[in-house]
Amino acid sequence: MPSRVQQLIRPPVVGGPQTDAEQSSGILLRQVSRSFTDRSGRTVEALRDVSLHARPQEVLAVVGPSGCGKTTLLELICGLQAPDAGNIQSASAALMPQRDLLLPWRSALDNAALPLQIAGLSRKQARAQALPLFCELGLDGFEQAHPSELSGGMRQRVAFLRTLLSGKRVLCLDEPFGALDAITRMQMQSWLARVLEHEPRTVVLVTHDVEEAVLLGDRVAVMSPRPGRVIQELEIELPRPRDRVDEDVVALREQALKALGAGERP
Amino acid sequence: MRRRLAIMLPPLALLIALIGAWELYVDLGGVDPVLLPAPHSVASTAWSEAGLLWRNTLVTLKEVALGLALAVAAGFALAVAIHLWHPVRRSVYPLAIGSQALPFAVLAPVLAFWLGFGILPKLVVIGLICFFPVTVTTVDGLNAVDPDQVKLLRTLDASRWQAFRFGELPAALPAALSGARIALVVAWISAFIAETSSPTVGPYAGLGREITTDIGASVNPAGAAAGTAVLFVCSITFFYLLSLAEHRLAGWAQPQQGENR
Repeated sequence: MPSRVQQLIRPPVVGGPQTDAEQSSGILLRQVSRSFTDRSGRTVEALRDVSLHARPQEVLAVVGPSGCGKTTLLELICGLQAPDAGNIQSASAALMPQRDLLLPWRSALDNAALPLQIAGLSRKQARAQALPLFCELGLDGFEQAHPSELSGGMRQRVAFLRTLLSGKRVLCLDEPFGALDAITRMQMQSWLARVLEHEPRTVVLVTHDVEEAVLLGDRVAVMSPRPGRVIQELEIELPRPRDRVDEDVVALREQALKALGAGERP
Repeated sequence: MRRRLAIMLPPLALLIALIGAWELYVDLGGVDPVLLPAPHSVASTAWSEAGLLWRNTLVTLKEVALGLALAVAAGFALAVAIHLWHPVRRSVYPLAIGSQALPFAVLAPVLAFWLGFGILPKLVVIGLICFFPVTVTTVDGLNAVDPDQVKLLRTLDASRWQAFRFGELPAALPAALSGARIALVVAWISAFIAETSSPTVGPYAGLGREITTDIGASVNPAGAAAGTAVLFVCSITFFYLLSLAEHRLAGWAQPQQGENR
């Protein structure tokens, strides 16, 4: 049975021959490297030989210290950058950036419905289509509120709904709850877990919060500081909903933290 | 109501004090009334010449309204072109800057012989003077748009046009409106230049022409001061009317009421 959004939106048409990963909406990265030249002309290696994969409708959580190339990784998957080496197979992906980047002149509902308008619907049609999910995601009553009137958690919900309504099968979430206070972050983590249960997508969740990765991910990839490499991959085969004080969750968290610690040593 | 009164009080008090000081200065013989007529004689002249003032005010208002509309539309379109196409930026922007150094008082009569003695050459002069602040502020507003915002729109499959329409255009609107406000303030003096330096047919040639006639041929300094006072009031009124429009169009960019800044 197709999910609600799939009923609402036609899946994106991908032209040309499709690879397996594209057809199945999984993601496959093979030995991807990416470097930049910074302002002073030095070459900065952001990612080195990164191989990752996510099966369709799986949540791949990527944890690593600041500056490990996590954002670069997402931009590569979304096609905003091209790798220097290696290759990437992914269905067309939508990015939820670290900053919510809601448009301050649009109401919350109009911000969420923006991808529908881009897809060619009128403002009115877009609103009508976005409204049911808007309410389901706990935003009921905030349709007319402008972003400046919303709390941080609410803004992230709107930004997430906007990403969801893009109709893409792959969602790239860049530290979606990084800027929230601890209590709101915990609420939002459970909220996201519930939403993904109803609206399953292939998700790449970048975070620096190990607990978040273990709570939400089907698989956790731990990355080293720059140049970013995958230093450990953990399969999380725990039932959902997961509890942050569950002893299996705590044990996996310890394991990921230990891997992170090992990556920090030169 | 009480709050509105409290807002109006300081500017009104200042205006009354200034007019009172002016009246006293002239009455006590500080200056020859031919050079600076006293407020009471300005007021009585305005009353007796009300019909003439009104007709000329309508002429000037029409020039300013149409000229400003032209200037804002052209200035905005030029800014968009400059923003979207680099060759335009490099080639047209310097010319736009140079256009502000043109001797408009000399240009106006030339335009009149070229475009006729009606309103058109005056609109061209007002447009040429007033488009510039709109262009400059809009170009800066468009350049200040968050590049991450545009990037996000692109990942949502927005075309270049959609990224402009949904992202850059509304983001630059407050800056464009600031430019329009500057243009509005300059519009009155540019209408004055246009009226006084171009030949016109018809009995009413606008406030600018009335003021110069009063100063020169008819030796009516109080009439000139009355015309100036009308320009003064028009300028202030239209500025605040535009602020109201700004609140409607781009209220999101203004600080919220009751917000402590």
